[in-house]
Amino acid sequence: MLLIRCPYCEMERPELEFRHAGEAHVARPADPETVSDEDWAKFLYFRANTKGLYAERWRHTHGCGRFFNCLRDTVSDKIQATYKAGEPRPEATR
Amino acid sequence: MRFSFVNLLRQAFAGNKGWPEQWRSPEPKASYDAVIVGAGGHGLAAAYYMAKEHGLKNIAVVEKGWLGGGNTGRNTTILRSNYLWEESEALYEHALQLWEGLSQDLNYNVMYSPRGVLMLAHNTHDVQTFKRHVHANRLVGIDNEWLAPEQARAFCPILNISQNIRYPIVGAALQRRGGTARHDAVAWGYARAASALGVDILQNCEVKGIRRDAGGAVSGLETTRGFIATKKIGVSAAGHTSVVMGMADVRMPLESYPLQALVSEPVKPIMPCVVMSNTIHAYMSQSDKGDLVIGAGTDAYTSYSQTGGLHIASHTLDAICELFPVVRRLRMMRNWGGIVDVTPDRSPIIGKTAVPGLFVNCGWGTGGFKATPGSGHVFAHTVATGEPHPIAAPFTLDRFRTGRLIDEAAAAAVAH
Repeated sequence: MLLIRCPYCEMERPELEFRHAGEAHVARPADPETVSDEDWAKFLYFRANTKGLYAERWRHTHGCGRFFNCLRDTVSDKIQATYKAGEPRPEATR
Repeated sequence: MRFSFVNLLRQAFAGNKGWPEQWRSPEPKASYDAVIVGAGGHGLAAAYYMAKEHGLKNIAVVEKGWLGGGNTGRNTTILRSNYLWEESEALYEHALQLWEGLSQDLNYNVMYSPRGVLMLAHNTHDVQTFKRHVHANRLVGIDNEWLAPEQARAFCPILNISQNIRYPIVGAALQRRGGTARHDAVAWGYARAASALGVDILQNCEVKGIRRDAGGAVSGLETTRGFIATKKIGVSAAGHTSVVMGMADVRMPLESYPLQALVSEPVKPIMPCVVMSNTIHAYMSQSDKGDLVIGAGTDAYTSYSQTGGLHIASHTLDAICELFPVVRRLRMMRNWGGIVDVTPDRSPIIGKTAVPGLFVNCGWGTGGFKATPGSGHVFAHTVATGEPHPIAAPFTLDRFRTGRLIDEAAAAAVAH
């Protein structure tokens, strides 16, 4: 089980308090009516699914209820950083 | 050497010293007509049918580890075809019919055992969903029947049908032709049969890059055993499909998750069938060796770790102990994880890509083993002819653009 630090509650909590919410930084097109089917499909379904460092969203459902982002290595499952929604993706640390 | 009664007898008297190797381990050639990436059941089956039915002899299967060492060797071996949508019914029924004759076709005992698959319903939603499946299956001639709890227990005597448990059993759907097969034997049988037809199986040969010509078409593979030139690549890499496709700059609608399974210590036969409960995430059958093979759910997050959270496995064991009180004091021998590639609609992707010469067979998610022969068969046609097999035609990558999804996710309400 992962231990995840909620950047709003500023506390480390077990994974069971959270809900995974997919890849982070996937922006919804500002004007959906002008978006082609292909781009819309990319927004809805196509994901990087990176093997390695991956930015993903979590929601602290059993805590503050807020969405935040998390930088995790998908090979070791080690979390490098969690950060608030809207903040830029942090630089990778080794 | 063929497996036959005469040869068995002859070897018995010769101290079993005359059995040859089951498949060749050749050095990679400089070029092939087609290369399949991934020597799991699906990839080996595709190579076998390409050689057998499409006359392609100069082909290879490349594998980064050992053959059958990924999800083929890690799954819980459940076979069934009782899916909801006609496209899926055609695909999985095609596979089930191939399973029925597979041991004879390959001259290798894959231990196909149509012992029946019982899918438990625990609430009104389950009842409605499963009855809908039963009727959908009946309309296309696939066997699937509805059982009351007493009938379910008659079919599987160790089942707890008490109404005084957390998730009581209110009914079950039974596919009698469903069952199990021996997972390793499937990989070995296909490898042996494909190798005999001239297919080169290259193990410990990891793909590091996909080379493309000026027109964008594939021209070969960079591997840990050198460059292999080919005009056709069929990617059958399960959980690592996104990684391999990324080498050709193709992004996929896939997410990879760890899926776990466990086996208990071996006991005498206590379970005559397969029991699945999608609602409370418990899947169990008994292997011929006697151990209970138990399937758990996926983790909540994407990962390539080939392991999973302990709470996922223990959650499944909670359910198993409630459904089968007789197994409560059994010890678990092993627990492992595999990485499964899940699509948004929980249906596979079989077909062409935007890159000429690059084909993909992926997205089988948590239930690919059952489809192994059918998947290989239709993918072989797709790679060999360059056009999708009629059964595979609806399972295009393009369906995510057109919106013609084959939504088995909504149909089953869970991954399956």
